[in-house]
Amino acid sequence: MTKTNVWIAGLATPLMVAMLLLFAVPPSVTASDQPSASNAEVKIDNFSFAPQTVTIPVGATVTWTNRDDIPHTVVSTDGVFKSKVRDTDEQFSYTFSKAGTYPYFCSVHPKMTGKIVVQ
Amino acid sequence: MSGGIPVSRAFAKGMHDSGGKGGDFSFVQISDSHMGFNKPANPDVVATLQAAVDKINGLPNKPEFLLHTGDISHLSRPEQFDTVDQVLKGASAKDVFFVPGEHDVLDDNGKSYLERYGKNTHGAGWHSFDKKGIHFIGLVNVLNLKAGGLGSLGDEQLEWMEKDVKHLSHSTPIVVFAHIPLWSVYPEWGWGTQESTQALAYLKKFGSVTVLNGHIHQTMQKVEGNVTFHTAMSTAFPQPQSGKADSPGPMKVPAEQLRTLLGITDVNYVRGQHSLAIVDSTLG
Repeated sequence: MTKTNVWIAGLATPLMVAMLLLFAVPPSVTASDQPSASNAEVKIDNFSFAPQTVTIPVGATVTWTNRDDIPHTVVSTDGVFKSKVRDTDEQFSYTFSKAGTYPYFCSVHPKMTGKIVVQ
Repeated sequence: MSGGIPVSRAFAKGMHDSGGKGGDFSFVQISDSHMGFNKPANPDVVATLQAAVDKINGLPNKPEFLLHTGDISHLSRPEQFDTVDQVLKGASAKDVFFVPGEHDVLDDNGKSYLERYGKNTHGAGWHSFDKKGIHFIGLVNVLNLKAGGLGSLGDEQLEWMEKDVKHLSHSTPIVVFAHIPLWSVYPEWGWGTQESTQALAYLKKFGSVTVLNGHIHQTMQKVEGNVTFHTAMSTAFPQPQSGKADSPGPMKVPAEQLRTLLGITDVNYVRGQHSLAIVDSTLG
């Protein structure tokens, strides 16, 4: 939890700066495009995705980080997204622009599965 | 039954003098060299592959060829394949027959693997050949894996395999080699192959079937009727026993123990007896 909070705080600062700047200019349609505070992180550890199910609002970005000594991939079961192979500490991000349920797996170790729910 | 049953001679550490005596010919299986891996479980996989080659060159009966059962590279990179090819050039046996592991077909669906190792193969790299009366079948079970599933052979390969063995006499000894085990070692970790029952059904008529796999980085053996299943050690790093850790990832052991958990598999064939003797030797 601590790490997640720090990470959000880190992102929140530039966001707040951006929002302050927005007060100075007429309202823009792009202002609500990226609800950054709702972005999510998935860690790949011990051949599993954690958390296994992540629920996010439309427009949020999920970032996966491989913490294993073995390369993994993040591949949508329905062909929506597909990472290149991610070695130790490498990341993959995808922004979900449509509501729905997105099951995914590691195509190298298909026993590893997870799910993103976009509401 | 005219075909013999392969016999496991020894699993003991460092055993290498019982194999090959009086045999007509022998070959060596190596596996999981994971070239490019550099994590604490083994920071020098070139040195341990070289030690495997030295072990091969020191065998009392020179093997006629080598089988590599996949995960040649760690990340499918050309320079990783290059290094393995270079080190294996130092082996007394010059011919090497490969099948890919999942680490050899990352990102490009096996295209670069096939360009390098796919000569005289079919489909994704499966192939068969005959040596001294034994029929060898190399299978590919690391592509098009489905979410939640195991290793996979696919319909095209299964059809090819059925045809490939149809014309053979039932007394022909068969050796099947593939990366992921063709038996259910531990499905929870993906250690098995989806259509293995179907593939093995094609081999029912044969008196002697030996199945050689890698992937799990440790030796295991099971005999089921006419079929002996055997997995080889890695030359790179050990993995935990089924379910004995949180995951099947690399197992870190004290540096002085590493080479006692890596090794090669020497397979010896005696024509009259139709028997294959399988001898595992560790690198240290």
